[in-house]
Amino acid sequence: MKQYILDILYMIGAVSFIFGIKLLGNPEKAKKGNFYAAVGMALAIFGTIFLYESDGKPLGNYAWIFGGLILGTVIGTLMAKKVQMTGMPQMVSFFNGMGGACAGLISLVEFNHISAHGDFTSAPTLKLIIIFLGLIIGSISFAGSMIAYGKLDEKIKDKTLPLQQVINIGLLAVILAIAFMASYGMISNANVLFLLLGLSLVYGVLFVMPIGGADMPVVISLLNSFTGVAAAMGGFLYDNKVMLFGGILVGSAGTLLTVVMCKAMNRSLTNVLIGNFGGSSASSSEGKTITGSIKEISKTDAAVLMKYSKKVVIVPGYGLAVAQAQHVCHELEQVLEEEGVEVKYAIHPVAGRMPGHMNVLLAESNVSYDKLIEMDDINPEFKTTDVVLIVGANDVVNPAAKTDPSSPIYGMPILDVEDAAHTIVMKRSMKAGYAGIENELFYSPKNSMLFGDAKKTLTELVSELKSL
Amino acid sequence: METLMQFISDNQLMIYMVILMIFVGIELIEKVPSVLHTPLMSGANAIHGVVIIGAIIIMGQAESTYALILGFIAVVLGTLNVVGGFVVTDRMLDMFKKKKK
Repeated sequence: MKQYILDILYMIGAVSFIFGIKLLGNPEKAKKGNFYAAVGMALAIFGTIFLYESDGKPLGNYAWIFGGLILGTVIGTLMAKKVQMTGMPQMVSFFNGMGGACAGLISLVEFNHISAHGDFTSAPTLKLIIIFLGLIIGSISFAGSMIAYGKLDEKIKDKTLPLQQVINIGLLAVILAIAFMASYGMISNANVLFLLLGLSLVYGVLFVMPIGGADMPVVISLLNSFTGVAAAMGGFLYDNKVMLFGGILVGSAGTLLTVVMCKAMNRSLTNVLIGNFGGSSASSSEGKTITGSIKEISKTDAAVLMKYSKKVVIVPGYGLAVAQAQHVCHELEQVLEEEGVEVKYAIHPVAGRMPGHMNVLLAESNVSYDKLIEMDDINPEFKTTDVVLIVGANDVVNPAAKTDPSSPIYGMPILDVEDAAHTIVMKRSMKAGYAGIENELFYSPKNSMLFGDAKKTLTELVSELKSL
Repeated sequence: METLMQFISDNQLMIYMVILMIFVGIELIEKVPSVLHTPLMSGANAIHGVVIIGAIIIMGQAESTYALILGFIAVVLGTLNVVGGFVVTDRMLDMFKKKKK
């Protein structure tokens, strides 16, 4: 009887995951989708605790299980509640790493179960393959996610070893070869497990280390699907349908999401994983020298210019998020609106750190959703715009993406800000953006530069506007 | 070769399920607006926390100290993944809700 109820709970859980992901793709119902998936997960978890039986024996160690659940819930909730909206991407990466570590630990314990009863090579080959794969994928996901977390949090810098790609591929081949040999009884030393663990962790680090910060969302999404596959391995191991379902679902959805994200940035997945954005490729655009000079504008002039405009479009970039300037930005918008200026935001698909990240950040500071205009809708509007204020964005407004085939960002869809009557670029310095390339826009006669920290400058702009 | 074919035949149902789930996953993501990519990734991230079920099974059957300790860590980390994942996603989606006021 217990087993029947558990099977049904698992079934509900599996359906809730599919339904949850389905609803998460719809802005109106996304919150419900997340809730349904969480309820399904809770049913599956508590069903397992109270109803799971193996050879007629129920689970024990309740104190430990609940201790772990409570500890994890408290820490997880605190971390998730306390994190700043700008820190969301690294938080997701962190939690993803935890899931990977969990999958890896399961493999460690299961392998120990097998080898405790003598030679592990006597176990079925298939079971060993599953255990090894769970360990390898889980560990790679854990180590990779932690590096991605560190990078997004700016604790770890990009680093490329000489011959990095050769080393990576070689290491992966060695890991798979060892796992294969151990599964087929060619290696009988039980310590092979720890060797695999160590190598997989190293691989995870090396895999993410050289990838540039701008490509991190793609990597996180990819590692996310890795963890999904690692969870599915657990599903095979315990013949547990809900684990298999959830794992494979995330594995395939995550892989596709990765590809879709790459497309939005006009980059291929291989390019992200192998090529180094910026760096050496930046020199290719050197052939074209940019002529013209840079014009600076004072805050007062900028304020006057905007005040007497009909329509102002703000282009927010990651620089705005870093400076935590989204609230001041909203204030500026309100002050301008009071003056009768029409204000809109132009959102590039990859503004911020992840697709959709900028929408979240601006929504957090109460910017009305209908002011956030997506690229394809705002582009024709630039012709009728008086002033475009570009805050901390660079590559997404670089005309080289349209005009210079030798540029590394050539072909990337950009915001056509050069169509507007004036552009004001707010930047900390003349430093190039993520792609490491010069921006022709800065030298345009229609453009003025406003140097300084985004938050400070915006605050001063607001007070200038108020005093005018 | 024969063992492989036999394996496929023995596990038909599982294999069918895996193939179908791959298609379901692809189908679900294909038409999502880019605005929702971040919450979607976060939601999917919470769902693969289902791996915690494996950790609970280990914990519940643990007899040795080794299994007990590793199992406990696995349960904690798995819970972090599940709870943290769902709460973060919920917070992100809260941001989207505000717009309709």
